[in-house]
Amino acid sequence: MHHVVLDRWSRGSSPLHRRDARAKIVAALVFLIVLATAHRSFIPLAFAYFAILIAAGFVAGLPVFAVLKRAAVVLPFTAVFAAISVAAGEPMRAAVLVVKSYLSALAVLILVSTTPLPELLRGLECMGVPRYLLMVIQFLHRYLFVISEEAQHMCVAAQTKSGSMRRSLFHGSRFNAAAGALSVLFARSYGHAEGVYQAMLARGFQGHFRTFANPVFRKADAVFVLAALAVLAGVRLVLEVWS
Amino acid sequence: MPPGLVGVAPSLVWWHEYFNRATLEGVPMHIPDGFLATPVWAALDVTAVPAVGYLARRAQRGLEQSKVPLLGVMGAFVFAAQMINFPVGLGTSGHLVGAALLAYTLGPAAAGVVLTAILAVQALVFQDGGILSLGANIINMAVAGMLAGYLPFRLWGKGRRRREAIFLGGVLSVLTSALLALSELLLSGVAMPAAVLRISLGLFVVSAVLEGAITLAIMQALESINPDFIRDPQSHGGRAFSLVGMAALFVAVIGVAFASTHPDGIQKLADATGIASRAKALIAAPMADYQLGVWRSIWLRKAGAGLAGLGLIFGACLVCGRLLARQRGT
Amino acid sequence: MQALIDVRDLHFQYDDGTVALSGVDFQLFPGETVAVLGANGSGKTTFVLHLNGLLKGNGSVTVCGMPVERDTLTAVRQKVGLIFQDSDNQLFMPTVIEDVAFGPLNLGLDRHEAAVRARTALHEVGMAHACEKAPYHLSAGEKKRVAIAGILAMRPEILVLDEPTTFLDPPGQNALLELLDRLPQAKILVTHDVDCARVLANRAVFFDKGRITGEGSVEEVIGRFNWDRTALKRQATSRL
Repeated sequence: MHHVVLDRWSRGSSPLHRRDARAKIVAALVFLIVLATAHRSFIPLAFAYFAILIAAGFVAGLPVFAVLKRAAVVLPFTAVFAAISVAAGEPMRAAVLVVKSYLSALAVLILVSTTPLPELLRGLECMGVPRYLLMVIQFLHRYLFVISEEAQHMCVAAQTKSGSMRRSLFHGSRFNAAAGALSVLFARSYGHAEGVYQAMLARGFQGHFRTFANPVFRKADAVFVLAALAVLAGVRLVLEVWS
Repeated sequence: MPPGLVGVAPSLVWWHEYFNRATLEGVPMHIPDGFLATPVWAALDVTAVPAVGYLARRAQRGLEQSKVPLLGVMGAFVFAAQMINFPVGLGTSGHLVGAALLAYTLGPAAAGVVLTAILAVQALVFQDGGILSLGANIINMAVAGMLAGYLPFRLWGKGRRRREAIFLGGVLSVLTSALLALSELLLSGVAMPAAVLRISLGLFVVSAVLEGAITLAIMQALESINPDFIRDPQSHGGRAFSLVGMAALFVAVIGVAFASTHPDGIQKLADATGIASRAKALIAAPMADYQLGVWRSIWLRKAGAGLAGLGLIFGACLVCGRLLARQRGT
Repeated sequence: MQALIDVRDLHFQYDDGTVALSGVDFQLFPGETVAVLGANGSGKTTFVLHLNGLLKGNGSVTVCGMPVERDTLTAVRQKVGLIFQDSDNQLFMPTVIEDVAFGPLNLGLDRHEAAVRARTALHEVGMAHACEKAPYHLSAGEKKRVAIAGILAMRPEILVLDEPTTFLDPPGQNALLELLDRLPQAKILVTHDVDCARVLANRAVFFDKGRITGEGSVEEVIGRFNWDRTALKRQATSRL
């Protein structure tokens, strides 16, 4: 599953992996905003930004081709709107749409491929995102695989049972069977949640999660952020002034 | 209709299915980055921040974080649930979106937090939905869509029309989020000829009806396993507010749907709110030069053309609802 | 010798009226390992959930001289370490070290002390190399050992294990039994695994319909209630 692969990528030890999550988040946000608001000399800018992202991918020691391929999941959705724009006689807009959406997805992917999710969430907490929401995201991520596996087993079990009703036009009872399966999955998930809560209480949980790690913002992180800002904004300024 | 567009409808369905398989979940309503115009995504991000803060505070109730595992696990459930096919014949199947179901089982505030968490994980881990557009997706699905799904249940969940209320909730949750997403795209000037608009609206209605049916089927199955899974739709006080909210929702939904099928209607609206002819051209082609001065004055007017219009309707009804409630002495 | 755990006349009924426990008397002494045997639904798990206050019934439950009630819950839960059957529910934090440090942090230790305790506990169970790993990368046996580390980090006096060998393959089961044998704490083992009981326990109790209907040495209890495959094995060999 993809999020397992992503987890593996994010546990590297490259210079980019070692940067504080907050620095990387800020750099990614700057990238996204500068890209989103760009419209003049777009083509050279797109190339420059693509080159920057690929360079970042190499520095991070990521499997660059796999990363480029993964970022392409945004393309099917984009391609529809791009095709419509082309048909409406605006090919330039279509190209801009495709490029912006792909490069944005690639930038976010590089961010999460160089930062394990717990660190990313801690960084977001320092930047003001409500802790309650971040804890929910953390637990969601932890149990995503567990519940998905159970769902998969249920699908397989259902498939082995059905098969004789392929021909009927409206699969009424299969519809209800699916609803039944989902309600069982719901009950199991609830059971997991209760089990987790009991395990928390058994280890002394008093109603508040205590922080374990304490991220430290180093000089190298400050240098990284300033460099990223300079490069990203600088490239755009230079290209726009030049044109 | 230009011949090229004839192939759009089946290809839309094909892309929808490809997208499903590519991203593990099946709803093509998560707007990626690069689609929305800067005023639109910026305004929605600014709106989403306090909204999410409010939802988190409401869901948490004091300093207790005991419900965090439940919310997290149910978020994982919704993800996993989107894998299960609901066959509807002719080789197609639907999937649960889950906003209404979460509201009925966890309550609206917790449901909003879970949906926000789901959107965040989809954007970060699965590259489904952008980061700058996360605010838009949160408002569309975790706030507006969720509330739209909850309102019918709140009003009629206890009576004889409980099943219809649940169905309606499912329908409205998907319809509201889809229409909001559509308005945001239109506002950003994404090309959308009338034929494609009609096809999209058709797809939205089908998805919405499916969501209603799936939600109802699951709720009935849940009731037979354990009725405690489902919350009590409290009907103490604020009923007038909810009724007015429903009315506002219907007006807004029908209004946006009507406006979308008549793109020239948006043009007329633009005229009505006094946008200069230069601005009209900009609405059609926001990718053209923005100059900072023009930007500022256009931004307000553009917002007024669609999104803020919706907001105004809601806001006016909010005030009316509050006044009505106060009059009744609740 | 004072009993570490002293349960007198414990009754418990679920909200829907099902009687789960109808008068249980039980004692655990220092250094003992007691196996709790019985059919599914006989009340074994319900019983152990009372030992750290997760459930509250009628009757008295005393842990290390403290009655189990609301104001002693924190202290009781430090003394009684409960290891659940489902390790996925027990390892709920994103990394192994963060999960094992969860208990110490709740006890009020600061970050550094909690980290030290966590590393020590992981070392005790042989999982020191897995500190930064995520739980879903671990095998069932590894998860069980990390779960035990999470409890050991709280320095309990009593370990309660609910079906510890379920989901484990034979090598995993052997490794777990070896580990449990090494640990000095008094233990309660709820188990269907008769061999596990034979290897580790010096005493057994048998649950049936919410009460203890048999006590004695492990072999006595197994023999009296026909709780292993001896009869089946005899049938099989007689067929040869």
